[in-house]
Amino acid sequence: MFAFTKHRFYRQALLALCCTVVTGLAAVSAQASDLATIEERGTLRVAVPQDFPPFGSVGTDLQPQGYDIDMAHYLADQMEVDLELVAVTSANRIPFLQTDKVDLVISSLGKNPERAAVIDFTDAYAPFFLGVFGTPEAAMIDDADGLSGKTIGVTRGSVEDMELSELAPSDTTVQRFEDNATTISAFLSGQVDYIATGNVVAAQIAERNAERAPTMVFRIKNSPCYIGLSQGNTALKDKVNALIEQAKQDGSLEAMSQKWFHTALPDDLSN
Amino acid sequence: MTLDFSTLLPYSGVIIEGLVTTLWLTVVTTFAGIALAIVVAYVRDLESGIMSRLLGGYVEVVRNTPFIVQLFFLFFGLPALGIPISAPVAALVAMVLNLGAYTAEILRAGIDSTARGQHEAARALGLSRLQSYRHVVLVPAFSRVYPSLISQCIIVMLGSAVVSQISVFDLTYAANFIQSRNFRGFEVYLVVTLIYLLLAVGMRRSFELVGRRLFAFRQGGSA
Repeated sequence: MFAFTKHRFYRQALLALCCTVVTGLAAVSAQASDLATIEERGTLRVAVPQDFPPFGSVGTDLQPQGYDIDMAHYLADQMEVDLELVAVTSANRIPFLQTDKVDLVISSLGKNPERAAVIDFTDAYAPFFLGVFGTPEAAMIDDADGLSGKTIGVTRGSVEDMELSELAPSDTTVQRFEDNATTISAFLSGQVDYIATGNVVAAQIAERNAERAPTMVFRIKNSPCYIGLSQGNTALKDKVNALIEQAKQDGSLEAMSQKWFHTALPDDLSN
Repeated sequence: MTLDFSTLLPYSGVIIEGLVTTLWLTVVTTFAGIALAIVVAYVRDLESGIMSRLLGGYVEVVRNTPFIVQLFFLFFGLPALGIPISAPVAALVAMVLNLGAYTAEILRAGIDSTARGQHEAARALGLSRLQSYRHVVLVPAFSRVYPSLISQCIIVMLGSAVVSQISVFDLTYAANFIQSRNFRGFEVYLVVTLIYLLLAVGMRRSFELVGRRLFAFRQGGSA
C-alpha cells in the first residue's frame, strides 16, 4: 500500500514537471501578435470581464455588455477588423495576454509597477476612482477641509474608509457600516447624505435610483483603467492610443460614460 | 502567530468610547424597558379593550421577529416614511421595545400567579386600584420572576452588539473598527469578550443587590 502510494506520487510529480516544462515552452514561444498580424488575421482578440458591471457583465440576452465591451467594439470598428471577445477573470487576464491568447486586455485594468514589468499599457480609457458622493443637489467640495462638519457613510475596513479616515478633518462624522449593501441603504434611505465609495458602486446605485443618484463631490483617490498589451508592441500601442484620443474627441468615451456610469467623464479623461 | 496585545494600546480610547455607549444604552434600556413592560402588563391584564389588543399585537410582533430586522426597520424604514431618526436613537428605541415586550410577558407570568382574590381583598380593604395593583400584584409578581428578569436584561445588553450594524459606536463597533485597522482580530475580540463577560456578571450582581433591598419582605420566607 505504502509502496504503491509512493510510486503514484513520483508518477504524478513527473507528470506535473512535464506539464510545467511544456507550458513554459509554449509561453516562451508564444509570439505576441503585432498590428500587422491582427490586420492580416482580420480579427481583434480582446480580453474582457464578464463579472464586473458596469465594465463587463452578461446581459439578459446572454451577450457580454459594459463599458469595456463597448470600448472593444469601438476599437475593432475603427480598425475595420472583426472582434473576438474573450471572457477573463481578474486573475488570468494578464496570463491570457502573455500567452498570446488575446491581443488586448480591456478589463478595468489598473496600472502598477508589478504589472508594468510584464506588460505594456496604453493611455487611460476609463474612470476608476474613490470619492465622496452626495445627492444630486450637493455642491462640489474643493479640498479635504470642505468635508468638515459633514456626516459621511462608508463601509468599515474598506480602502475608502482608510483613505477617508486619514484625510478627513476631526469634526467630520464618519459613520461606518458593515458592508456595501448597508452603506448604500444608509445613503438611499437618507440616513447619510454623503457616502465614500468607488465610482463603480456609485454607478450601480445610480442605475437603480435615478432620483437619488450619487454625485461625486470630492475625489479621494484616482486610479484610472488602462488597456493592456504585450511589451514592445509599439505599432499596436500607437494605434490604440490614437483611437483612444479620437474617442475622447468625437464624444464616444463621454457617451459610454453616460451610458454605463450615468455621469460625465472626469476631467482627466475628457480633456 | 503570537498574541500581541500592545497593538491594542493606541486604540484604548476607542474601546472606552464603545464601552461608554454600550453602558448608557444598557442602563437607559433597562429602566425604560421595565417601565414599558409594567404599563403593558397592567393594561393587558386589567383591561380587555382595543388598547389591550394593540399592546398584545406589539408584544407578539416584537417577540416573533429578529432583533436585527426590527433595528433595520427603524433605522432604514422610518426615514423613508419621512421620520428622521439617528442611529443611536434608533438603537435605543429598538432595544427598549424589545426588552419591553419580553419583560411584559415575564411579568404577566408573575402577575397571573397572584390569586385574583388578593387583589379584590385589597380593594375591599379600601386600597385604590393603583395602590392595590402596586403593592398586592406588582411587587410580589416582580419578586417571583426576578431571576428571569435579570437574565432578560442581560440578554438585551449582549444583544446590543447588533447595533454596531447601523453604525452605532458601541463596544462591538469598537472591536470591528480596531480589527479592520490592525488586523489583530483575536486580541481585540478576546479583550471585548472579557469586557462583555464582566458587564454581564456585574449586571447580575447589581440586580441581585437591588433585589435584596426591594424584596426584603421575602427574606427568610418562601424565597
